[in-house]
Amino acid sequence: MYRTHVLVCGGTGCTAGGCEQVIAALESEVKKAGLDQEVCVVKTGCHGLCELGPVMIVYPDDILYVMVKPEDAAEIVQEHLLKGRPVSRLIYDESVTAEGVKSLNDTAFYSKQKRVALRNCGVIDPEKIDEYIARDGYQALGKVLTTMTPDEVIQTILDSGLRGRGGAGFPTGLKWKFACANRGQVEKYVCCNADEGDPGAFMDRSVLEGDPHVVLEAMAIAGYAIGANQGYIYVRAEYPIAVQRLKIAIDQAREYGLLGKNIFESGFDFDIDIRLGAGAFVCGEETALMTSIEGKRGEPRPRPPFPAVKGLFGKPTILNNVETWANIPQIILNGPEWFASMGTEKSKGTKVFALGGKINNTGLVEIPMGTTLRTIVEEIGGGIPNGKKFKAAQTGGPSGGCIPAEHLDVPIDYDNLIAIGSMMGSGGMIIMDEDNCMVDIAKFFLEFTVDESCGKCTPCRIGTRRMMEILEKITEGKGTLEDLDKLEKLCYHIKENSLCGLGQTAPNPVLSTLRYFRHEYVAHIVEKRCPAGVCKALLSYTIDPDKCRGCTVCVRACPAGAITGAVKKAHVIDQSKCVKCGACMDACKFGAISKK
Amino acid sequence: MKSLEELKAIRERMQGQVGMRSADSNQTRVVVGMATCGIASGARPVLNTLAQLVQEKGLKNVAVTQTGCIGLCQYEPIVEIYAPGKEKVTYIKMTPEKAKEVVEQHLERGLIVSKYTLQNVDL
Repeated sequence: MYRTHVLVCGGTGCTAGGCEQVIAALESEVKKAGLDQEVCVVKTGCHGLCELGPVMIVYPDDILYVMVKPEDAAEIVQEHLLKGRPVSRLIYDESVTAEGVKSLNDTAFYSKQKRVALRNCGVIDPEKIDEYIARDGYQALGKVLTTMTPDEVIQTILDSGLRGRGGAGFPTGLKWKFACANRGQVEKYVCCNADEGDPGAFMDRSVLEGDPHVVLEAMAIAGYAIGANQGYIYVRAEYPIAVQRLKIAIDQAREYGLLGKNIFESGFDFDIDIRLGAGAFVCGEETALMTSIEGKRGEPRPRPPFPAVKGLFGKPTILNNVETWANIPQIILNGPEWFASMGTEKSKGTKVFALGGKINNTGLVEIPMGTTLRTIVEEIGGGIPNGKKFKAAQTGGPSGGCIPAEHLDVPIDYDNLIAIGSMMGSGGMIIMDEDNCMVDIAKFFLEFTVDESCGKCTPCRIGTRRMMEILEKITEGKGTLEDLDKLEKLCYHIKENSLCGLGQTAPNPVLSTLRYFRHEYVAHIVEKRCPAGVCKALLSYTIDPDKCRGCTVCVRACPAGAITGAVKKAHVIDQSKCVKCGACMDACKFGAISKK
Repeated sequence: MKSLEELKAIRERMQGQVGMRSADSNQTRVVVGMATCGIASGARPVLNTLAQLVQEKGLKNVAVTQTGCIGLCQYEPIVEIYAPGKEKVTYIKMTPEKAKEVVEQHLERGLIVSKYTLQNVDL
């Protein structure tokens, strides 16, 4: 029994920030102070405030420390854990008020959130099954196996209105229903898609790192519902912490008999194995993923037949995303009405977003469906750094689009996002400010799909490359207005004719920026100008002779030898030699250099 | 594990421990003065007894925490109980035995153990 629990985030972000060393320092200081029987240090999953990592929460005091360094451990232990005086210089600013430290639930970052899929992330030690059980873990599996028929389970998921969190938003219950025929007569499989590949998305990783058992429990429930006895988790090899914790979780669940033969003496057998993905983006597409599990080259195949009919090894299979799985046990325990009471008419429950880009609180947030983008950006996200203006939010990664400021008040759900030309996607959300060039952003995402196109079908393999060439032309100032029409035509052609989701959605970043930021494309083409000052070919750096003092700092800073001028005389940049790196502008102490 | 009962047993056993990991402004806070004066007069065994009993008994919505010097050093160990919507109760010159009584009477049954409170102790 411990009187105080110190929960240190052990997610990837905080691990990169050095949480392992912080934990080691805390443990040794706790021991030194003779508190090791009273205080426990727990390594948990993600708390969400990745921007301020490493973070740690002390319970029951409910105090969040941010950017903790190993050197701070002694002070925290001596002052707070021993004498009860929280170390104010390390407390999360937002929680400090004139009256003292307020509850974390009342801070702007947490108060608008609703944690369902992330309910255990940052609360339990993901490597201890007992802590998961303490938070009602495996109760849902017990309930399902002892009191519900498989059809009742499917009906519950259908009634909840849960839709796939991987991006497309297909109703989960329906997927299960399609796969439930001939239970016990044919072999079936349950798969988990943990091949999170969108640039900027990390919520699936966080669930696996912070609460791996929830995925195992949910997959076993689905196995019972459709009559499958084997599950596979397809997870990226680039997620070493997630893979490690999944392995530990599977071993523990087997040891407890929560995976394996005759679970809860119900006669139901279920086991799970891990398959590592080698990092191809296309393997997140369901048919390519299953082909990859089979040991073949990860390429998609045409649908139908859908996986529910003919999936892994040619057998009926259901494949759900990590976050979808994370909702299942809570729906079983709290009932479908509880889940359906959150969200909008057609999008129930909550959604996790990985906030990134030009935003103060980079991190992981979970909000009820129907929350507006404005709430996410301005309240939870804490606004744009350096007082810059919001320009757009990119959702859905390379398959999604950009949402401009005029749509900040649209309630976020699957259908609304599609209507405004983006998509939910897996939940990456990249915030952009006035310094981002939208043509450049479109080019960035297209570059990604060009790289990741598997090459099986022509529209995607060659089409995206041609689009890329047009975008390059435009950003170099060599584009024409006809190119824009050609680009748009190509977009629709690729969307309609590609084999799988990768190609069908690849033009979205271009289409949505053309829709909302066409003027930026036109500026590049007609005025040969990049309004945000990003596209190098269209930039020129000049020195204002009136402001230049001839200090020669820029001459020394220039890597290309493009600046000439005598001491105490105004300098000049040779545009033919300039590589537009901006080093001179950063070096100039008199603000004499400007870019246009 | 073979049965749901065994799973429930693990849950009950673990819940007392993991239960404190939530931010709830609606909970009763039991605060022990743990400054040098408190520690010197024996606050640590009091704190540990309180924390242990609250967890063992699985009392919901009760948080046992510590604080610095309250300013009444001669009456340490001091334990303050803040229940939502109620006036603060201050117990003084606590011992692990007295703490046990406070848990059983005050926290479990809602009865203030007045013989140990600041107002009533014969100073």
